[in-house]
Amino acid sequence: MCLCARLPSLVEYVEQPLTAGLRDRAACVRRVAVLGWAKLHNLQPSSEIDAAVVNELYSLLRDPDPVVMVNCLRALEEILKEEGGIAINKPITHHLLNRLKECDIWGQSEVLRVLQRYRPQSEDELFDILSLLDSFLVSPHPPVMAATLSLFLSVSSNLPAISLAALERVSGPLLAACGSGSREMRFAAVCHIQLLLRSVPGLLGPHYKRFFCGYAEPAYIKERKMQVLVELVNDENVAMILDELKGYCTDVNTDTAQAAISAIGRIGRSYSDRCLQILTGLLGLKQDHITSAVVQTMRDLVWVCPQCSDTVCLALDGCEETLQDIQGRQALLWLLGVYGERISTAPYTLEVLIDGVRSEASLGIKMELLTATMRLFLCRPAETQDMLGRLLHYCIEEETDMCVRDQALLYYRLLHCGIEKTREVLQGRRSDPSLGVLIGRPAKPVSQWARCFNTLEPLSQGAVEAESDSRGSPEHVTYNPKPNADLSDTLSCSHIEEVHSGSDSAMRCSDSSTNVLASSIAAPLSLSLSPAVSPEDFEHLWLQRQALHTERGAEKIEEVDCAWIEECVRCPAVLQCSPQSLQAAMQLVNIQTLAFTPQHMLPWRVYLYTHTQRSHSMDAPNTTLILGELLCTGEANQKSGVKKGTADSEAGAEGKEDQLVRKEMDATADRLRVSEDGQEEEEGIKVILNQQPKDDDALRQFLTILITVLNTLSSEKD
Amino acid sequence: MISQVFILSSKGDHLIYKDFRGGAGNDIVSIFYEKVTALTGDQPPVVMNYKDIYFVHIRQGGLYWVATTTAGSSPFTITEFLNRLAALVKDYCGSLSEKSVQMNFALIYELLDEIVDYGYIQTTSSDVLKNFIQTEAVTSRPFSLFDLSNVGLFGAETQQSKVAPSSAATRPIQSSREQGGKSEIFVDVIERMTVVIGSNGLLMKADVEGEIRVKCYMPSCSEMRIGLNEEFSIGKSQLRGYGAAVRVDECSFHQAVRLDEFDSHRILRLCPSQGEQTVMQYQLSDDLPSALPFRLFPTIERDNGGRLLMYMKLRCDLPPKSAAINVCATIPVPKGSVSLSQELSSPDQSAELKPQSRAVVWQIARFAGGTQLSALFKLEVPSLSSASMLEVGPVGLSFELPKITATGLQIRFLRLSPIQPGPSQRWVRYVTHSDSYTIRI
Repeated sequence: MCLCARLPSLVEYVEQPLTAGLRDRAACVRRVAVLGWAKLHNLQPSSEIDAAVVNELYSLLRDPDPVVMVNCLRALEEILKEEGGIAINKPITHHLLNRLKECDIWGQSEVLRVLQRYRPQSEDELFDILSLLDSFLVSPHPPVMAATLSLFLSVSSNLPAISLAALERVSGPLLAACGSGSREMRFAAVCHIQLLLRSVPGLLGPHYKRFFCGYAEPAYIKERKMQVLVELVNDENVAMILDELKGYCTDVNTDTAQAAISAIGRIGRSYSDRCLQILTGLLGLKQDHITSAVVQTMRDLVWVCPQCSDTVCLALDGCEETLQDIQGRQALLWLLGVYGERISTAPYTLEVLIDGVRSEASLGIKMELLTATMRLFLCRPAETQDMLGRLLHYCIEEETDMCVRDQALLYYRLLHCGIEKTREVLQGRRSDPSLGVLIGRPAKPVSQWARCFNTLEPLSQGAVEAESDSRGSPEHVTYNPKPNADLSDTLSCSHIEEVHSGSDSAMRCSDSSTNVLASSIAAPLSLSLSPAVSPEDFEHLWLQRQALHTERGAEKIEEVDCAWIEECVRCPAVLQCSPQSLQAAMQLVNIQTLAFTPQHMLPWRVYLYTHTQRSHSMDAPNTTLILGELLCTGEANQKSGVKKGTADSEAGAEGKEDQLVRKEMDATADRLRVSEDGQEEEEGIKVILNQQPKDDDALRQFLTILITVLNTLSSEKD
Repeated sequence: MISQVFILSSKGDHLIYKDFRGGAGNDIVSIFYEKVTALTGDQPPVVMNYKDIYFVHIRQGGLYWVATTTAGSSPFTITEFLNRLAALVKDYCGSLSEKSVQMNFALIYELLDEIVDYGYIQTTSSDVLKNFIQTEAVTSRPFSLFDLSNVGLFGAETQQSKVAPSSAATRPIQSSREQGGKSEIFVDVIERMTVVIGSNGLLMKADVEGEIRVKCYMPSCSEMRIGLNEEFSIGKSQLRGYGAAVRVDECSFHQAVRLDEFDSHRILRLCPSQGEQTVMQYQLSDDLPSALPFRLFPTIERDNGGRLLMYMKLRCDLPPKSAAINVCATIPVPKGSVSLSQELSSPDQSAELKPQSRAVVWQIARFAGGTQLSALFKLEVPSLSSASMLEVGPVGLSFELPKITATGLQIRFLRLSPIQPGPSQRWVRYVTHSDSYTIRI
């Protein structure tokens, strides 16, 4: 047809045959004629297409040939672009849906895409549509499946339960697409799975093996699969996943190897011991790209999990000889600067670099070297003073790069202001545990990514959450402190709100907790993780005290310097939280979690500990150790009545004084039973706390903090 | 919506270029090629963009199949379309290669005209297309040779004539019209295995993805019935009876397949259209009915001369009458390995050191079931340390198992109705490929 020739001068001769073509008996002529109008319109966008033609196209939506129908949709979309495309009303929608089965997969995906604009008028209609589309959701053809899911998500955008159900249903076909013979299809599927995991982190947990990389797969698929694996880690599969990732670390392809190492680092944020063991093992290979990736990974890990620093410091010895590339050396310098006091060879490593600074080409390394030397000077002045002088002299007198020179001048002047000021500036930003929030990213709402589902966006953007690689130190991460602020905002509010909304029997509870809040403002309590308690110690202490408690709980013991509290907290959604996010949230307030049961398992338990510190009260014993257990048995808490008492006793072996405070909040228990909806009946979480030495205020403050964290987690989950 | 479709050779020659929407610059093809060749390793190449033009491409037959589109298009649709286009070109031209695409450019343009109109996919069904496509495929292979191979000496029924040559299914579908009597149908059961075996010899993961593919050269075929094993079951819940049940986890069918006899008799009914189509896809994880085809027993040590000794014993656990072909084991070795000396247990094997991929490649052309091969590799590695042992492995195996399916799926019968008038031939073939067969050391 002449329209293909794109000759505007012929347009006037074309309209008539096109009109005739719309009424032709042969379907293939009608197909071409319908699209012909779209071509005509685009050739002459200025000229108005006759309203009669538009009407005819609308009526051709009822054409017996499905391709003609779909072409009409396409043509109308183009012709009516200014008006926002074809008008999708109820009769058209239902007509299209009814004929969906006749179309081939291309037609189906097109129709489903257009229907995304439709908003059902009633809930009944919505459910009719959804049940009609259900079979398409599990279609073996990825285009149809993806288009259907897109439609589901846009139609049910304010019904999260339906979206989640659809995501679960679609995970089967998506997984099948991940194993498709075509690599490109696999890639598309894996990228989209990453989107899904943002909202439902545990969705594909049982299928983690599907994301093991084939050895012949291209690097870009391997990299994405590893990102998925990191998301799917849980207590049960962590050993398998780490084993698999370990195999990739020595891959011939350096990109794959480095991606695997950084994936291990990310897992290390929740399972640091095992990962550090693998990482230190890799250093033994003495290969530059592996060592570089490991050092960078360790730097990132230490920033988020400061408790790993001892192992890292030990491992760093001797790395400087293998490191070649700029990023790796920058990472090493940062570590040397920050943990210099614990790495015995740090000054000598720096000295070699300072002696060779003249031949150093990289700006980043020079800057990092300056900072590292300054930091080391603060903690080991005797060994570092001389070389710092030389470095500053070189940088100020001879260095041509302005950045380096300015930095050196800044440090030089800073030193003039005195050592305390310098310390303040250089060591001000120690690693911030609130970064832990970034680890266990809370599940995001579906709406956040629904718009880009089934578009090219997830495929073309780089690694979804990977941080930029070309940076010197983790301090330079421009992280947004806002989530942190948000968290604390929601913390107190949500708790109080929740308490007040309870029945009146909860009023006492609310009073007490507001009191606690008030007192916590008066006497700020700080929690800390050090000295660390090993799982063995924890178990030992816990069992010992539990035994004490059960023995004497009934006898009203007092004057024992140890407190035991049981309390119920209503925060149903915490059970749905992934262990990582729970751990991250706890770390935010310096509570260390030691052991978890996996998500969704009943009884659900978490063990945790922390040290409380009260800075201002000099008279009271100012540090206490709190051990805790969160327990959800899944049954409605049957306990009733208040047993609150204190009893006297001598603590046997240690000669310590214990006090057992047993406090069961009947209010909370009542509230559980009062909630008549039935669904939240069983969702109370029992908090058992054990403090030593006893400090009631601190314990109560700690409890408030814990409850607010749990409430925040569950409110985020909702 | 697709703006342009083009096919490039791996060297960047423009083989096919079709602009559906107009308005794109002529240099768009070169821009694509520059971008795709300049990619660094960590950038995913499937989707690239230049201003607001998005390139989606696939690699098949050593060619780049590229579509340009807008950001909002569905990646699944475009990728599936390109895959389908490649499959159609393969159907019509016989095989996919730079040469066949070059020789059949007219046919491919004709195909593209019918498949896509104004950037919208119209149809990709070969039933519809066969009415419109008139151009004959040009093939480089003379057909006389192929025909000869099917005729026994002095017309005798030889074993040869019972087995279709592997090239039989790689001919253009249209030539059947001229060849008259040559109406054939191929039903292939193709399975891909993904296996990970841990260093302790335990199976860590086993996946099988399978499909039944029908390739039809019949001009008219009203209905075909494919009977699967009667004890074939889907899903984990079904109890196994006596005997070897064939089980798969999930199973999906082509939309043209009628399943009314499937539940009772495991029969698929369909009207095959000309060309190739996947009738059924299935997958099975973790629970293979038969033993794994290969096991490896490695011993790795350093000798006092600073060499790395790798003693590999590879066992093939297939049934004794069958054999694996094109077996190739890739053994990653420490960086800086200089030279390799080898002792192989039989002459039909070969091994060589590939320094750029840092691996020893051990090839076995044919490996009979129930046998065992061994090899001793001595590697000269100048900077050998105890840590370098970590770099050895995991071993990747690639192989082909003809006449074997890992799930045990078999085709009981294949019936065409009505009975074809001329001489028709029905072929059933089974093959299992290794998708990724990894053995950790």
